[in-house]
Amino acid sequence: MDIHIDEISKEFGVSRALHPVTLSIPSGTLVALLGPSGSGKTTLLRILGGLEFPTSGRVLFDGRDATGLSVQERRAGFVFQSYALFRHMTVFDNIAYGLAARPRAIRPNRTEIARRVTKLLDLIQLPDIGGRYPTQLSGGQRQRVALARALAIEPRMLLLDEPFGALDAKVRKELRQGLRDIHDETGLTTVFVTHDQDEAMELADLVVVMSMGRIEQIGRPLDIRERPATAFVRNFVSA
Amino acid sequence: MSDASLHRPGAARSARPASYRKPTEETPAARTALILLTVSGLAILVFAPLIVVFTEALADGWAAAIESLGNRDAQSAIRLTLTITAIAMPLNAVFGIAAAWLITKFDFRGKAFLITLIDLPFSVSPVVAGLCIVLLFGANSLIGGWLVAHDLPIVFAIPGIVLATVFVTFPFVARELIPVMTEQGRAEEEAALTLGASGWRVFHTVTLPNIRWALLYGTLLCTARAMGEFGAVAVVSGKIRGQTATMPITIEMLYNEYLSVAAFSMAALLTGFALLTLLLKTALELRHADALAANHRH
Ligand SMILES: Nc1ncnc2c1ncn2[C@@H]1O[C@H](COP(=O)(O)OP(=O)(O)OP(=O)(O)O)[C@@H](O)[C@H]1O
Ligand SMILES: [Mg+2]
Repeated sequence: MDIHIDEISKEFGVSRALHPVTLSIPSGTLVALLGPSGSGKTTLLRILGGLEFPTSGRVLFDGRDATGLSVQERRAGFVFQSYALFRHMTVFDNIAYGLAARPRAIRPNRTEIARRVTKLLDLIQLPDIGGRYPTQLSGGQRQRVALARALAIEPRMLLLDEPFGALDAKVRKELRQGLRDIHDETGLTTVFVTHDQDEAMELADLVVVMSMGRIEQIGRPLDIRERPATAFVRNFVSA
Repeated sequence: MSDASLHRPGAARSARPASYRKPTEETPAARTALILLTVSGLAILVFAPLIVVFTEALADGWAAAIESLGNRDAQSAIRLTLTITAIAMPLNAVFGIAAAWLITKFDFRGKAFLITLIDLPFSVSPVVAGLCIVLLFGANSLIGGWLVAHDLPIVFAIPGIVLATVFVTFPFVARELIPVMTEQGRAEEEAALTLGASGWRVFHTVTLPNIRWALLYGTLLCTARAMGEFGAVAVVSGKIRGQTATMPITIEMLYNEYLSVAAFSMAALLTGFALLTLLLKTALELRHADALAANHRH
């Protein structure tokens, strides 16, 4: 599914989190929103997911206006910065949550849900942890469970807020490749937020550099590195 | 070396070397003093009255105590108190959840004011609260006149007692829930929404399970307090024997009539109810220690 962000702005009271920004994401692209703290990355991601509504502007999915769609109607697989796993449910129930929440007419039956959860656990290479609770997992395992939970709803796109933020360098590297693999396998349009430029450059097809609520540059990693459009991008990338 | 042992060299010699003691641990002398203070405080303020209540109740033996609880007015008081509690408890659980939900999951103007308002029943004297209810709903007021005319009296009737009790016990549930819900934040609810769950589903599959322990505590505290409420109920109930006299009101009336055994028997029963709630809370805590810990960690 392709995503078009058309002159989106967001104000929180008097402060502006996003000046009007425009961005086109072709279907199946893996996009990084890159920028320093407070640049509006999370805000933009939450607007895409329907968790926040823009002050002005439109969001288009496959050319259709999606600005008014509720968070449930967006069907975006969202991975939160702190993972936000349901602490009182097992890993299995966490992953099954989205399927069990469907209206009866389109809800898979119990065995079908179990089959899909098992498949997702295999996909994230943690086949044996279905019975555990989130507190019994390492940070990297939690992150992968959060990803599996988001994938379970057969989302139209994948949105990840600093998916590797809380992990150590080695685990980060592994999971980066894991995300790339899952993206390539599912072909989902994927947007992830990061303030780590290596991560953005290594992983993404398209990098969006943001600063103070504005988009500074949109381009392939190579373009950003070799032809920075503004002084900010030059400084940020060489840092 | 801590201050206490510096001042008393004798104690320092007999004590274990300072390096063997945890930094947060007190000297033996200080510990003994603290224990003595706590135990004597508890003895004077809690145990002594408890013992007095039960010995006075049983002054003429078990038979007399039980008989005094068996008469019609006593039975009516017990039934009334249990009924009022059974109505006030779920009402305040619902109000408490609604208030805590509003305060922790939404941003709006006047939030600080609302929090103060929730605490108001803790700071306002129950008697004043009772008087306000009488002024608002009494036969001489506009609303009260209409209600009485339509045969729906509030003051000097059960609705008034419920209202007074709900008011006095209102903060318990909300106060328990607000810190827990603040700490947990909104992320899990948001995650559930992105997974397609409706607002109601999010509430009963994510929010409610996460707050169930705090909710239980708040409700039990609220129950214990509701059964014992005197001041506000004394004003609105009119103290009609056999009709609007609750257990605490009955205790006071019996005591004023020098019916000591009857008064203390009823008091002992009321104390028993309160102890039962505490016992229930402790039992649940012991039984679900793991779940409790899991809820607090993370
Ligand atoms: N709910 C909110 N209320 C008020 N201001 C907000 C809110 N959410 C974000 N902001 C403000 O909007 C701006 C952008 O925030 P945002 O969270 O999008 O930044 P970010 O790029 O994700 O930063 P970080 O890398 O630190 O997560 C910040 O100045 C922030 O203070
Ligand atoms: Mg952010």
